[in-house]
Order: sequence, then structure tokens, then C-alpha cells
Amino acid sequence: MTDTVAQPAVADAKAAPDTMAWDSGLRRLMMIYLPLGCFVLILLFPFYWMAITSFKPNAELLNYKEHNPFWISSPTLAHIKHLLFDTAYPRWLWTTMTVAIGSTTLSLIASTLAAYAIERLRFRGSPYVGLGIYLAYLVPPSILFIPLATVIVQFGLFDSPLALILVYPTFLVPFCTWLLIGYFKSIPYELEECALVDGATRLQILRRITLPLAVPGLISAGIFSFTLSWNEFIYALAFIQSGANKTVPVAILTELVTGDVYQWGALMAGSLLGSLPVAVFYSLFVDYYVSSLTGAVKE
Amino acid sequence: MSVTTLSSSALAQRQPSWLVRLFDYKPFLIVMCLAPAIGLLAVFLTYPLGLGIWLAFTDTTIGRKGIFVGLENFQYLLTDPLWWNAVFYSVVYTAIATFGKFALGFWLALLLNNHFPFKSLLRAIILLPWIVPTVLSALAFWWIYDPQFSIISYLLVDVLHWRSSNIDFLGSAWPARFSLIAANIWRGIPFVAISLLAGLQTISPSLYEAAMLDGASAWQRFRYITFPMMMPILAIVMTFSIIFTFTDFQLVYAITRGGPVNSTHLLATLAFQRGIAGGELGEGAAIAVSMIPFLVFATLFSYFGLARRKWQQGEAND
Repeated sequence: MTDTVAQPAVADAKAAPDTMAWDSGLRRLMMIYLPLGCFVLILLFPFYWMAITSFKPNAELLNYKEHNPFWISSPTLAHIKHLLFDTAYPRWLWTTMTVAIGSTTLSLIASTLAAYAIERLRFRGSPYVGLGIYLAYLVPPSILFIPLATVIVQFGLFDSPLALILVYPTFLVPFCTWLLIGYFKSIPYELEECALVDGATRLQILRRITLPLAVPGLISAGIFSFTLSWNEFIYALAFIQSGANKTVPVAILTELVTGDVYQWGALMAGSLLGSLPVAVFYSLFVDYYVSSLTGAVKE
Repeated sequence: MSVTTLSSSALAQRQPSWLVRLFDYKPFLIVMCLAPAIGLLAVFLTYPLGLGIWLAFTDTTIGRKGIFVGLENFQYLLTDPLWWNAVFYSVVYTAIATFGKFALGFWLALLLNNHFPFKSLLRAIILLPWIVPTVLSALAFWWIYDPQFSIISYLLVDVLHWRSSNIDFLGSAWPARFSLIAANIWRGIPFVAISLLAGLQTISPSLYEAAMLDGASAWQRFRYITFPMMMPILAIVMTFSIIFTFTDFQLVYAITRGGPVNSTHLLATLAFQRGIAGGELGEGAAIAVSMIPFLVFATLFSYFGLARRKWQQGEAND
């Protein structure tokens, strides 16, 4: 609502300096800024709605006649307090964090070594190994979760966060490996040759030359893996049963949605809090996200 | 960096222990490096994939080892109206959502390819729907689609007076189906837009300059330069998008759980309902396996359908 009012004012200010090209300015406004404004408005609205709902008292939440739904007249922290003190939310956050960090570490180690072997220790068939790992990325979790559940039960890992730490690398490793292969390619091979001539062992080369130069790639792969494992849903839903071991996305949906009367305030507060860690993470590393997203597609 | 490498490596060279030599033996090192990745993928991806196909031919349930029943599961599915319904909706969902995502995403990428202030900030904001956990944004959509307190209904009824009654988004089959597709498009636009933007930025501006000098219109520039140059990246992004839209689970499970009256089941949610919630592992696996032919077909179609044109053009130009 408020944005539609603000939009033309901002655009007018931009169009003002070049009054000579007023026609092209208006054209730009209509062809670029107006659609862009609509896109941003629609893409962000659910988050605004999520945020505003989580701070609204219940009376305002369900009464559009007396309160403007787009604003809060008396913000409250009741929903967040309920979430933090009356539910196992902190525990869920902690589990999710553990799983995300664990699986990210595991996948980073596995995929760095694999990418190094494929790209630098060239051997017969290394392109095929690379292709095989790439194909693994095309196998969607929806096909795998039923047999994987039986595998997890066989291993005695059912209902344990460890199962998730071990299973998430199936979609993280292919992604990270491809990202890192691309990164290793960009590091001049001559550097490694020099070290080899000077008598360094291969592991020393990896540790002291290749890895330090690949740090941006490692950060990209790391934050991406963290986000993907934070957001994962279907495996966490299928493999975890007890309320305490659930991850945030699963717990909000299965533990907070109770009965016929939905606690929208608490649900939205839970969603907001659950999105916050990745959003903060994202804001710190935006450029890495964009480069890894586009890098992975280009490969 | 290199100085330290030199001195320590020289030291290691002087007294090479057997361990150091073993780790410098290339075949051993290759095996050691590949072992973690290949091991994880073999145990938790390849083996379950094979096991899933095997389970689809058995009557396994939770807690009971099944026996081989041949094609019985698939024969049953072919007579099951719910399965056909899920196939139908999966195809519709994928087709409309992919079309919407790519039309809007391409448009957004073209808009972002212009010069304007705060461009990188805007790009960062736009990726947000893709970063946030899908289930959590799906919950926000569920709330937006609430039958009584939907904000869209409020806008249309009380603010704009375009309608007299609230929209029942999730109460009946077709509105629920389209509501889910809209949420999927919303979530998919950022990924498509940012990927395609990366492709757009690789197109050399001199091509456009040459076309402008030849008097090409904006549409002609788009049709004969932008579009063909974008084909390879479009093919890849679309392949990914189709695979992950067709096998989507989270959005539907979070917003409708397949309802109302099973009208919005995708194959993945139906497989979950039968396989995990219902305990019929064999049947659930059969539903999951029945996705594979569609996926292979969609992948081949989008990849080769789009990529071949690129090759033809390449041949014509050479």
C-alpha cells in the first residue's frame, strides 16, 4: 500500500535532472522502474506479512474492520515469548544448527578432496567420475526418501540428527564438487608445478597452495551448503520422529500446527525466527551466493 | 606462502617416512581423495536408488520385509484414480509453474540488466525468496490464502470493492491448484532471474551495437541476439527447474497436504502419504519410481530441445 505511493515520487526524483530527455525518462519509468517496483513488492510482500503478523496481538490479527491489517497499532512480543519459553523452539534451532554445520563440514571435506582429485590429480576416467558426481545432483530427494528411510533404519540411525548429517551430503557433495572443480580450474597449474619441482608432496601442495587460493570458492560452497541443509525438509520429515530432535522447518509444521484454530501469530513468528539465521548469513555473503549460484549454472 | 612450502617440503624430502611416501603415491592419493565423496554417494544415493527400484517390485510395509510381487504395485497404480490425479496435477503444476517462472524470471533478468542505482542491493533483495526455507515461506502463503483473513481477499473486497465475497483459495480443487502454482512461481522467479542475468551479462554489447547500426528494433534485438545467445544457459536452468518442480514436495505438503479431497497431490506427496505416513513402503516406492520416466523425458526434452537449436545455429554460422 504505502510502497505504491512512494514509488512514483522516487522515480520522479530520478527523472528530474535530465529534463531534456524527459520523454525517455518517462519511458524508463514505465518500462523499467514500474515493473521492477511491482516485482520487488510481490517478492517481498510475504516476508513483510510474516514479520508484521508475528508482532501483532491476536485481537488485531483477526479484526480487519477496526485495525488496518497492513500496520500494527500495538506491537507485542507475546508470540515470540510463547515460542521461546513455551515450546521447544530453542532446541529445534539448536538441532538445525548442528545438522547444518555438521553436514556442511562433512560435504566440504569430501568435495574438496574429490574436486582436487578430479581436477588436479588427473587420471584416466577422471572426467567420468566428475560426470557421475554431476548426475548425482539430478537425482531428486523425492525419489530417494522412501528407500533411504529403510537404509537409515537398518543403520540404527532413525530419529537421530546424525542421520541427517550423513544424508544431506548426497545433495551437497555434487554441488560443492562442481563448484570447487570450477574454482580449482581458475588457479594456474604452474604454481603447483613449481612446488612439485621444488619437492613438495601432493598433500603439501593441496594444503599450502591450492586451498589458500581457493578460499573464496570454499566460502561459496560452505554458505551454500549451510543454506541448503538449513532449508531441507523432506528427509528431516521422514527420518525424525520425536519432537525434540526435529529441525525448525519440520517442527513448525508438525508441532505448532495443532487443531483447527491455527496460531497464526506463533506460526509466523516461528517462520520469521527460522528464516532469520539464513537471512543474516545471506546478507553477510551476498556476493558469494550470487557468484556460486551463477558459477554452478555456468559450469 | 611459497617460501614456507619450500623449506618444509625440503625437510620432508630429506627424511621421507613411509607414510609421506605412501601419501605421495598418486594412485593411493587418488583413491584416498575420492573415497569420502564416492563412499557417501554410494551408500546414501546409489544404493537407495537401487533399493527403491527393488522396493517398488515388493509388497514391503513398515516393520515387515516384503516379497517380490512383480509388477503388481504398478498395475494397481494404473487402476488408481488418485495416482492418475497426481500424475495429471504434477504435469500441470510443472508446465504452468515452469512457464510462469521463466516468463517472469526472464523479464526480471532483462529489467535487472539495465543500469540504475542500488542495483546490487536490489539483486540481493530479489534472491531472498529463494534463500529462505521453502516451508517457512509456504506457511506465509498459507496465511495469505486463509479463507477468512486472507489479505488478498481483504484488498479485493474491502479496499478495492472488486468482489463482494472472500476468495476461497484452498477450499476447492482448481483454486487450490492455482494457488499452489502461484506460490511455486513466486519462489522460483529469483533463481531463474539471477541465473539468466548472469547469462545476459556474458552477451557482448558489440552485438547490440552492430544490430542498432543495421537498424534492428528492440524486439528484433531480443529475438535474434538475446534469445539465441541465452539458449545454452536457458537449457540448463530449465532442466534443473523442471526436475525440481516436478518432484516438488515442500510447498504442497506445507500448504494443502494434498487436499482438498486429494486434488492437489503431486507424485511426491502421494508417495509420502502412502509410503511413510501409510506405511506401505512398496507402494510408495512404486509411486516414486513412476516419476523417473517423466523426469528422464522432461530432462531430455528441455535439454536437447533447447540445446539442439544452439548447435544448428552454430553450424549455420561456421
